[in-house]
Amino acid sequence: MNKWLKRLFVFCVLAFLYAPILVLIVYSFNASRLRGSWDGFTLGWYQALFRDREVLRALYHTVLVAVLATVISTVVGTLASFGIHSLGRRGKSVILNLNYLPVLNPDIVTAVSLMLLFGFMGLNFGFGTLLMGHISFTVPYVVLSVLPKLGQMDPNLYEAALDLGAEPGTALRKVVLPEISPGIVTGALLAFTLSIDDFVISFFTTGHGVANLSTMIFSMARRGINPVINALSTLIFIVMIALLLVINRKTKEEV
Amino acid sequence: MYPKRTAYPYYLYLAIFIIVPLLLVLYFAFTTSGGQLSLTNFDRFLTSQYLGILWSSIRIALLSTVLCLLIGYPIAWIIANSPLRAKSTLLLLMVIPMWMNFLLRTYAWMTILSRNGLLNQLLGFLGLGQTDIMFTETAVLLGMVYNFLPFMVLPIYSVLEKMDKSVLEAARDLGADSKTVFRKVIFPLSLPGVISGIMMVFIPAISTFEISLLLGGNKVNLIGNVIEQQFKVTGDWHFGSAMSTILMAMMILAMLVTGRVEGSREGGGLF
Repeated sequence: MNKWLKRLFVFCVLAFLYAPILVLIVYSFNASRLRGSWDGFTLGWYQALFRDREVLRALYHTVLVAVLATVISTVVGTLASFGIHSLGRRGKSVILNLNYLPVLNPDIVTAVSLMLLFGFMGLNFGFGTLLMGHISFTVPYVVLSVLPKLGQMDPNLYEAALDLGAEPGTALRKVVLPEISPGIVTGALLAFTLSIDDFVISFFTTGHGVANLSTMIFSMARRGINPVINALSTLIFIVMIALLLVINRKTKEEV
Repeated sequence: MYPKRTAYPYYLYLAIFIIVPLLLVLYFAFTTSGGQLSLTNFDRFLTSQYLGILWSSIRIALLSTVLCLLIGYPIAWIIANSPLRAKSTLLLLMVIPMWMNFLLRTYAWMTILSRNGLLNQLLGFLGLGQTDIMFTETAVLLGMVYNFLPFMVLPIYSVLEKMDKSVLEAARDLGADSKTVFRKVIFPLSLPGVISGIMMVFIPAISTFEISLLLGGNKVNLIGNVIEQQFKVTGDWHFGSAMSTILMAMMILAMLVTGRVEGSREGGGLF
């Protein structure tokens, strides 16, 4: 009895989580443009997707911003971790508290503060400000992923490399970096996911017709979403799950 | 020790992108458009209209946090006590929905909840009558629970997973029934995870504007919506900043309150 009750509960929660996703996927094959009516099966939206300039442009912006922001924030965050790790207790806690601000602050406050900054600096809102916005909210997550790995590592390894005549740069690259690479990968993945999925920061920091998928979906939502978007997100969803399965298998093999 | 200068670009980043923007928010919040120091923006906020909005934002955010806890805790418990294989599958199933754009998933709820939507078609088919919850507070609440539930499950799960099972056995051996074990041992030990979960649901719930806009139409106005309007429509950065300052103050308050409860115990965060 108890066991079945548990299963029923888990099933209900999963149904709740997956219902909208199922709806999206099913409607990406719907011949009707309207939600709520089913006019038969079609692959038309998938064909239309590859001719839709607006949607492809938004996709391009989303991916480009995510890749650039991930690369830049991973480099800055990883380099920062070495310096922060070497700080005294006081300095470290001040820096870490500052680092936590954008993580804990409501997204809208971070977004608005960046909008004020860019407005104050007299920048034109567009791709540049969008990218800067994404870099500035992903860096702290990289630091939070890399720093603990440095803490777990034996600091004598680095000293030993120096004693054996390695330049500091070489010692960091050849000795420390391989040890902390799981933290760097986690940080980069986190940064990429957050950037891809972000809406609030993008909404306040972009402008001049530069839209990514989130801001485009938001502006479409009030007047009805182009079913092409359903087709695109179904494709993205499938690619993500495939990637996840591959990564899972890889990590299992390594273990 | 590692060279300290590698962090210099990051310090520059902290100054430009974290410290200066927050100082700007405070500056705008405490000045008028003429640039004079004043509390006008906060006075304006203290009128009944905006206080009402703040109150209903707090109420909905608290309600969604409680619902997430009531649904999320048992789920986290079930996952943590599953056999190894089922455990990783269930965890994955909790996380996978987050891989689809959350605005789209929220939008899909419109398809389900609207007057001619799937829910009403299903209810009609079963002969159970009709509901009309689209563009109501209920719909917004549902959207919040839907979007933020995983943020409650994951931190609680990670604490329950790490819990020393022999402590539970000891409690049972000493004669505690399962209710007492939960009340006196499991729940207190899982408190750090519960607190992280509450923070991770409450903060986005109190500041959202997109969920209330999509599922609440113009009928549900939250503090996030007012801030958004000040910056994107009205262009009153001073009033918008004042409200952002209030949101920030609430976040700090929530942290102080929960920090006191948590004390010096190990945190059960996502990281």
